[in-house]
Parts: sequence; C-alpha cells; structure tokens
Amino acid sequence: MSDLAPALHIEDLHKSFGALEVLRGIDLDVAEHEVVCLIGSSGSGKSTLLRCINLLEPIDAGRIVVEGDEITAKGVDVNRIRRRIGIVFQAFNLFPHMSVLDNVTLGPRKVLGLGRAEAEARATELLERFGLAPKRNDYPDRLSGGQQQRVAIVRALAMQPDLLLLDEVTSALDPELVAEVLNVIRELAANGMTMVIATHEMGFARDIASRVCFLDAGQILEEGPPAEMFSAPREERTRQFLQRVIDAGRL
Amino acid sequence: MSLTGGPVDTGELIGFAGSSGPRRSRRRVPPGEALRSSLIALVSTIVVFGLIAVVVTNAPNWPDVQHSFFNGEIFARSLPKLVEAFGTNIALFMFAEILILALGLVLAILRGLPGPVFFPVRLLATVYVDLFRAVPGILVIYLLGFGIPGLGIAGVPDDLFFWGAVSLVLVYSAYVSEVYRAGIESVHWSQEAAARSLGLSRLQALRYVIVPQAVRRVIPPLLNDFIGLQKDTVLVSVIGLVEIFREGQILKSAAFNFTPLVAIALIFVVVTIPLARFTDWLVARERGRQVAGGGR
Repeated sequence: MSDLAPALHIEDLHKSFGALEVLRGIDLDVAEHEVVCLIGSSGSGKSTLLRCINLLEPIDAGRIVVEGDEITAKGVDVNRIRRRIGIVFQAFNLFPHMSVLDNVTLGPRKVLGLGRAEAEARATELLERFGLAPKRNDYPDRLSGGQQQRVAIVRALAMQPDLLLLDEVTSALDPELVAEVLNVIRELAANGMTMVIATHEMGFARDIASRVCFLDAGQILEEGPPAEMFSAPREERTRQFLQRVIDAGRL
Repeated sequence: MSLTGGPVDTGELIGFAGSSGPRRSRRRVPPGEALRSSLIALVSTIVVFGLIAVVVTNAPNWPDVQHSFFNGEIFARSLPKLVEAFGTNIALFMFAEILILALGLVLAILRGLPGPVFFPVRLLATVYVDLFRAVPGILVIYLLGFGIPGLGIAGVPDDLFFWGAVSLVLVYSAYVSEVYRAGIESVHWSQEAAARSLGLSRLQALRYVIVPQAVRRVIPPLLNDFIGLQKDTVLVSVIGLVEIFREGQILKSAAFNFTPLVAIALIFVVVTIPLARFTDWLVARERGRQVAGGGR
C-alpha cells in the first residue's frame, strides 16, 4: 500500500466491441479505503469498466493506474497486476470440480507460492470469518447461491488484493439470499477495503458508498456522495434513472 | 435402452447407463406394472431370438457353416494361442493409448493458443490433425512399417511393434485431440476469466481449471476412441507383426477353418464390455461426488 497516489486512477478510458463504443471516455479516481458504487441501467458500461480495470478486457485508449503503477502500459505483466486486484462476478464463477477449500487456496498456492498447509490455514480463517467453515470440503454445486457468492468473495480476498471489484454480485441471487452477501460486503467496507461496486441495489449503494457514480451510455454522467446523488441529482438522466428504480420498488 | 420396454421413465434411462450410479426416477412405476413389463420383455426376447435361431439353423448349408465357423474342438485348441497372441495387442494399445492421451492433449492446447505469434503452431497442429484423420490408418501402418525401416538409416528401429504403435499413435492422437478440443471449448469462458482474475497465467488456468473440467466431460468419447484403438491393433498385422489376428489367420489356414476368427471376435467382446461398464461407473462416481460433496 503506498502513500499519495490514489488506489485507482482512470483517465479517458475508451473501449469498443466492434462498432459499439461501450466506454466513451471514463475518468475516475478512487482513494484508498474508498467504496465507489457504479449505478446505471443495463448496458451503460458498468461491467465492462470493471473488466477493463482487471485487464480481462483489453482497452482501446486511455490509462489505468493502480497505486502509481500504470497497468495499461505496454509490456506489463498482467498476471502480477491481477493478483493485486480481486474481482467477484455476477455468476460466481466458482470452479465446479474443486472443493470450496481448493477454490479458495488455488490462487494463493499457485500464484503467491504458499505451501498447502499455510494456504489452507489462511483460507479456513477467512471461511470461518464469513460463516463458511462447515462448507470447506463441499463442492460448489452443494451450496446455495448466497453461499457460493460468499465463497467467491473469500476466494478473491485470499489473494489479499489492494482493490476489490464487485460486478453485480447479488443480481443472480434469490431475493432472500441477497442480504447475506451484502452483509459480507458491508463488513469489508467497515474494515477499509477499497472497492468499486457495480450494483442495482440502490439502498445498499446509499448505505455503503463513499461516492456514487452514475454511468450513462459509456460515460460517468454524474458523481457525488450518496445522500446528494439519491436525493438531489443534478442531471435529468440521473433523475429519470432513479425514478425508474423507485417505480420498480428497488429504492 | 429400457430393458422392460414398458412405460419408460427418464430416470430408468439414466440409471441403466450407470447401474451403480444414483437412480433418479422421477416417476415411480407400480410394482405390478413393472413385473408385467418384465414378463413381456422376457417373452418377446425369447420369441425373437428363438425365431432367429430356427431360421439360421434350418438354412440349407447350416451344417457346413457350423463346421467351419463354430467348431468346438478347433475353438478349444486355438483359444490358448490366440489369448497368448492377444498379449501383443494389449501391449500395443496400452502403450499407444498413454502416448495418444498425452499427444492429443498437447495438440488440442496448441490449436487453441491465441494471438498471431502462435499462428505457425496452430497451422502445424491443424495440418497434423487434418492429415492423420484423412489417411486411412491401415495405410499409415503400411507406409511407416515398410517405408521407414526400408530407408536403412542407421539407428532407426526396424521393429514392427514399434512402427505399428507409432502409426496408431499418429492416427488416434489426431482424433483424440479433437475430442479434447471440444471438451476445452465446452468449458465456459467465465471459468478462464475467474482463473485469470486470480493472477493465474494462461497455462496455469488451463492446467488447474479448464483441462480438468474438459477431461471429465470427454471421458465417454475418449473411451469410445480407446475401444476403436483396441480393435484397430489388428491392422498392424498387415506389416507382419504376429498379434491376435495374424495368429488367427495362421490357425485358420492350418485347420482350413474359420473358427479361430470367431474366437478372436469373442475375445474382443469380452475385453470391451467390462471397459464400457467401468467408464459408466467412473462417470457416475464423478457426478455423484460433485453433487454429494465432502470428497475428502
């Protein structure tokens, strides 16, 4: 963890899929310990932005700097960068052929080079913290969606990332399972984890975010503290979006 | 596939494929109905096979055919020699299968390497697979078995077993690489994304995440190719290697009788069927383990 540089600095980021320009000049700074929530309708570019930050998608133009290191520079070792940035996916993406414990220890063992015993001790500690210790030898198929997503979060945390990206992590869950996952994220925020969260859970965003960014058509149209964003949005598009959310009963 | 032929429920179809696996009947058949179905199946089986037996044994030349194909005395006499010669086939397909499984996987991975740098590698692997799937195996065996020792290069083996095995490896690794490739492509890309997001390199993602899942999915088609390989070991007889088929031909010529060839057919059947059931068991066990959890 370093000093003055922001945890994440994004400058004029562009990304297209074929003729479709999904990100049209994103500028974003995230300070250490900050929790930034990305809101916006489907297709506004939230997921793509997160995938670009983790270099899962190559970018077309712009710069991404993590703690002073430009990760989009030519010739950087993407594997070294990815171990510093954790990501949790909407569809969990656990490895179905591995037990929970093996899912969590794969990265620490193969990437960080920990021995099996140490990796398992650390993983067990994390699993215990999130109430998953009894499930450590189960295969993912046996877990509920909420449990699977918590395992996915633990898997990302096991790499001790400087920055955690969460991509609509509750969107694939049954409503009654959403809370257990959100509570995990709340705890991470309370412990100072730097996070960028794409979410449709506006109530959650309002509670947890240090800052909310509204993405519209591949640009950050408006950003600010949650209280301001949700009660007095400046932009007409933001207002329309929030109105739709309220109409759908999600705020 | 339903043995009883009665009211088929899907659970029975799945259960039959792996008799030791978990049965997943969704609809229970009442006991009376099940018994009735079994009886009907039994009676119709007896009738059908009885009719076939009557027709065949009443054919005008049946006694001659029985004498030249199903001769008990010749069968008993040739069986030990055939079984002994079958050892060569077993050695051939075991030795070849190990290399085929390894080479096929390497080929499949090479064909999937991304980026323009690896274009020549992809091209070579593709040409290899196309070539050895196109040329009939018996020709590969012929050309390698006679051609390469014929060159007379010092140090190149002229062993028939060696060139027979090499030919089978070349042909079958091309098929098997396609099976692996289908398996690898069937693993959803999000699995690779998850692996790479942890910082695993592309090769590590393949090794620990993609390939293990791919291999589990393609075990049945791999076994299919393995059975094909077992049978194709008899093709090596064309370059003169004394294995079961060549031994059978020798016995056939000596006795002026085809019974040894029928015996060979039986030996292959006896070897293949348990293997097929074993694979079903493996697949069922794997499925059971992932669903039931608590493997360790």
